[in-house]
Amino acid sequence: MYKVIKNEKINPNTYLMEIEAPEVIKNALPGQFVILMGKEDSERIPLTIYDTDKEKNILSVIYQVIGASTEELSTIKKDIFAVTGPLGKPNEICKNPEEYKKRKIVYVAGGVGVAPVYPQVKYLKERGFDIDVIYGAREKDLLIIQDKLEAVSKNVYYVTDDGSFGEKGFVTNVLEANHDKYDLCVAIGPLIMMKNVAAVTKKYNIQTIVSMNPLMVDGSGMCGACRCEIEGKPKFACIDGPEFDGHKVNYDLAMKRMNIYKEEEKQKWEQMKKELGTK
Amino acid sequence: MNDEKVKMRTQDPKVRNKNFEEVELGYTKEEALKEASRCLHCKVPRCVEGCPVNIMIPDFIAAIKENNIKKAYEIISESSSLPAICGRVCPQEKQCESKCVKGLKGDAISIGSLERYVADEAMKNDFVANIKVPKNNKKVAIVGSGPAGLSCAGELAKKGFSVTIYEVLHKAGGVLSYGIPEFRLPKSIVENQIKSLKKLGVTIRTNIPIGNALTIKELQKEYDAVFIGTGAGLPKFMGIEGEDASGVFSANEILTRINLMKSYKEESKTPIKKPKKAYVIGGGNVAMDAVRSLKRLGADAHIMYRRSEEELPARKMEAEHAKEEGIKFDLLQNPVKIITDEANNVTGMEVVDMELKEAGEDGRRSVEEKKGSNHIVDCDMVVMALGTGPNHEALKDSNIVLTDKNLIEVKDSKTSLDNVFAGGDAVTGAATVILAMEAGKKAAKEIINLFS
Repeated sequence: MYKVIKNEKINPNTYLMEIEAPEVIKNALPGQFVILMGKEDSERIPLTIYDTDKEKNILSVIYQVIGASTEELSTIKKDIFAVTGPLGKPNEICKNPEEYKKRKIVYVAGGVGVAPVYPQVKYLKERGFDIDVIYGAREKDLLIIQDKLEAVSKNVYYVTDDGSFGEKGFVTNVLEANHDKYDLCVAIGPLIMMKNVAAVTKKYNIQTIVSMNPLMVDGSGMCGACRCEIEGKPKFACIDGPEFDGHKVNYDLAMKRMNIYKEEEKQKWEQMKKELGTK
Repeated sequence: MNDEKVKMRTQDPKVRNKNFEEVELGYTKEEALKEASRCLHCKVPRCVEGCPVNIMIPDFIAAIKENNIKKAYEIISESSSLPAICGRVCPQEKQCESKCVKGLKGDAISIGSLERYVADEAMKNDFVANIKVPKNNKKVAIVGSGPAGLSCAGELAKKGFSVTIYEVLHKAGGVLSYGIPEFRLPKSIVENQIKSLKKLGVTIRTNIPIGNALTIKELQKEYDAVFIGTGAGLPKFMGIEGEDASGVFSANEILTRINLMKSYKEESKTPIKKPKKAYVIGGGNVAMDAVRSLKRLGADAHIMYRRSEEELPARKMEAEHAKEEGIKFDLLQNPVKIITDEANNVTGMEVVDMELKEAGEDGRRSVEEKKGSNHIVDCDMVVMALGTGPNHEALKDSNIVLTDKNLIEVKDSKTSLDNVFAGGDAVTGAATVILAMEAGKKAAKEIINLFS
């Protein structure tokens, strides 16, 4: 059991959870992920690390309620059954910042993808980087952690699908308009966004890193559920990733693989809602 | 002459292929006594040589005859930390039982069944092997809580070492927990065996990915010795077209979902696909475990193996049990392509017939594709059970020396790093539970020698 400090709603379907987990955060670097299990019989949920407070030993994650397991997670109050991590490889830039000192870096965040973007920008800011962030969401109400993001970024360009905040349109519009300012892009968000960003950066020959978030079971290289096709070869997101060269990912395949348990997941969500509702 | 062994009763195949309860039911007291009375107590007991951990087999069988099961349990415990598990999953027919003199003219003594009987009685009656040792203030870290790590921990704890096992999953046991199905090795048995290790003073820390949360280097600083028993967990795929389809899984994934996450239960929160017709590719024990699990989920379940029945690497008994349960064996066949629909779901496989050739230097017969034999089979799931490779995540940044086969190099269980030992599948490549236990025990002996 791990102590939950906080588990609060930060927008209509997104939660911020803080957990006391000294061993998880001790050696953690931005880009790595954790696996949470709400209760002993819960599913294992992979989530990229949002923030770490190494003085207070606190790990923070941000998650969206999208199914049975995240629905259950949102009801966890005092203790959480399991927190495993850090897992996966750290972000390449954060691991070797000196090698990237001269690069002109832009981060592109889509939806809750802003949660894993934030710690990278923060980490690099602390090491003297000035980084622009393009942050897109469907509408104004879905934007999160704006203050924290602005505090560590040089510029934040907001984009909403409906124009309710910042520019109207998609992150790719802003990227297209500013492409000549950058030579390195890190994009984290929905697969379709990463696919579209990679198409733009490919056109302008901008090196691109994306973070994959496929289905996973153990998260330690054992099951192969998370395999992604990178340059025609299967790679395990849990140990070979989760970050990959954005120009080498087969996004269409990844999107199809996200739907493997669609029917089962729908059923489990109904089952969970009933269970939580009656309790 | 009545020289047949007492066969262990099993659940009716037609019933058991629909449930996940244990297939083999164990001996009653009468059956155990009857089987034990067949033992000749050879002066030079060859069965002991056949046992990787050298259990004093005739002695424990003699104790059964005296109806002193506690004594029998203590005799076994001197050599083995996990008898309830070994009694169930060891390939005794290739080990102790293969050396039994009785086997020359009839049935060998069912040593495995007797071991299981003793261990189960010990559990039922809460026997504690009477071992009390003073602590020797030496600390050992063990990476991985599978059979190698558990047996190493047991041996060290019995000699007074303070042992901490690190496990990345939320449950200890390694392959015993995530891999071997409930119907072959009930998880309550695994939990019980782990509990008895904890009674010996072993600490188990789950959810800790060594290599990431803590490195081997950090463990070296904090502990007097480290044992690496990380196993061979990385699943292999064939590299054929269509393998990324949504209905293609590794056997590890299917087994982990079913055993570790209990997804065969309706109320489980982890989903599993229930196929109509599934092919498990491979012929080893893992393939048998996977195919029998899928049968229990209601599938028309097939094994597809490129050699013939003769060459099946699985234990004979497992293959027999599978057949009794209605598993079909498509032998001398191999898939060359997985066929999918628009949505990337599996609809079938293109398969070729195979031909056996003469045995090569390794004594194994090679196989060749029969040209022009390509044909299509329908199915909605394909499971790859092709073996596993080593997973060296735990060794990150350690500079440990590996062999040209990408396994950890050891000499007398010692790795290239100071006071770091290794054993089990991470050193040998995928093998069996008992061989991993033997390796854990051997390494423990080396560690004990180091500090005495």
